[in-house]
Amino acid sequence: MTETFYDVMRRQGITRRSFLKFCSLTASALGLGPAMVPRIADAMETKPRIPVLWLHGLECTCCSESFIRSAHPLAKDVVLSMISLDYDDTIMAAAGHQAEAIIEETIEKYDGNFILAVEGNPPLDEDGMYCIIGGKPFVEQLKMAAEHCKAIISWGSCASWGCVQAARPNPTRATPVHKVPGLANKPIIKVPGCPPIAEVMTAVVTYILTFEKFPELDRQGRPKMFYSQRIHDKCYRRPHFDAGQFVEAWDDDSARKGYCLYKMGCKGPTTYNACSTVRWNGGLSFPIQAGHGCIGCSEDGFWDKGSFYQHVTDTHQFGVEANADKVGLAAAGIVGATAAAHAAVTALKNAQKKGDQDQ
Amino acid sequence: MQTTIKRTAVYVYEAPVRLWHWVNALAITVLAVTGYFVANPLPTLPGEASDHFLMGYMRFAHFAAAYIFTVGFIGRIYWAFVGNEHSRELFHLPFYRLSFWKELLHEVRWYSFMESEPKKYEGHNPLAHLTMVAIITIGGIAMVLTGFSLYAEQTGLGSWQDQLFGWLIPLVGQSQDVRLWHHWGMWIIVVFVIIHVYVAIREDIVSRQSLISTMISGWRMFKDDRP
Repeated sequence: MTETFYDVMRRQGITRRSFLKFCSLTASALGLGPAMVPRIADAMETKPRIPVLWLHGLECTCCSESFIRSAHPLAKDVVLSMISLDYDDTIMAAAGHQAEAIIEETIEKYDGNFILAVEGNPPLDEDGMYCIIGGKPFVEQLKMAAEHCKAIISWGSCASWGCVQAARPNPTRATPVHKVPGLANKPIIKVPGCPPIAEVMTAVVTYILTFEKFPELDRQGRPKMFYSQRIHDKCYRRPHFDAGQFVEAWDDDSARKGYCLYKMGCKGPTTYNACSTVRWNGGLSFPIQAGHGCIGCSEDGFWDKGSFYQHVTDTHQFGVEANADKVGLAAAGIVGATAAAHAAVTALKNAQKKGDQDQ
Repeated sequence: MQTTIKRTAVYVYEAPVRLWHWVNALAITVLAVTGYFVANPLPTLPGEASDHFLMGYMRFAHFAAAYIFTVGFIGRIYWAFVGNEHSRELFHLPFYRLSFWKELLHEVRWYSFMESEPKKYEGHNPLAHLTMVAIITIGGIAMVLTGFSLYAEQTGLGSWQDQLFGWLIPLVGQSQDVRLWHHWGMWIIVVFVIIHVYVAIREDIVSRQSLISTMISGWRMFKDDRP
């Protein structure tokens, strides 16, 4: 019989006390009531581990890097073991053919019962030749694994939206997981961010394993518990925004006082993520706390939305790049001047007409 | 020798339409000014954050004016059903009639000083009609949709604003895109207002019918009785 999560934890030398602490921490991280703690503990004790295939396409491994830094010590030590991570080429011991054989094995053994975690995305141009894994295009591996999995987790902005490799002009036609043509119709949960917050990743995994279903998702398929509010809504600098106190230039007096970074192009008002509540590196800090605006890394196509340092960013449409404020002000000026000139000509014509009539 | 000029009058704009026009004018002014300063805030204020609430008031004024604009718009749609035939002009463009385009060209020529005399209209001339439908009706709807979808971001997931308008953000792209299109919309309306005010004054003086007083009294006065 497959080991339960609890068996694995005990085997790893984790005390029952630490285990229960982990359960309550997870419950609160997921926004669940105290009554859910025993249910999580029970699930951990009785349920067999669900195998996870963690595939890597075009990506930078920042999602994996973030994941292994999850701050709860238990999450770091345990989640990796408790999810029976059968395949993850960047952190697994096996390599080469042995590693690739594990994919086949997992699919055979747990057909329709494993979670497919995807980090990165497949490039579709040239039949996917821009990303070769084990001698085959990644897109084929992804489609094959998706065919047999139970559900898909799209880790990070690459798998969720496309991220930097899909930024204009997207030379390899890198495509986010949910848009890959011919992909088996499986439930997909998006956990965007470049990378996503470690605790968000482990919490999502824990939720899926505990309740054997996805947490509640929003319209775009992101877990509501972490992506239903903007950075701006929970930003500790928000009072300065409401007051009208802004950093006007890097290192000015306002910057030293920690005023709002809105005028420096902070994308907090347009970015859905949990950075301003969960924060990073064990709740130590997050970009705005460090004095730099949010760049909106968990938003769709954030590389193509203009400068990170402008609030009213340039618009790219019909091949032109234009700034709404510059064009708008110029247009208003030109139209105003034209109206004045038109009025002058009208007055002249009228005077002429009157002169004609008088004669 | 001058012939005697008969002045005829037609009742065009009923009271609710006139009221809507002036409320709208006020709401749009507040919306454009506060909207601009929400996107490009005023210089930073000194002192404690608790001493000020400038952006808060700015946004409050914007949202309040937006609600007035929206309620007015819904009321205007209602009036198109129960009002006179002119009240339906904003929602009906006879682009399928050749005469509409011919007269529109005539109007363009009149503004280019290529016609000596404009035609008379009880309601809008074709050029004004087209502009009104494009900017006020279609533009107004676009601004309400984008505006409320952005407003739904702060009222939160599951609020009625989110349920009614939240779908727009993923449809357009993301929040930043919707913000930008809403901002472009503001500039289009600013340009429209400049043209609208200038043309209304000009036509009131040089055309063959009243313009500004019509939006106050509701009566269109014609300055001559020629066709």
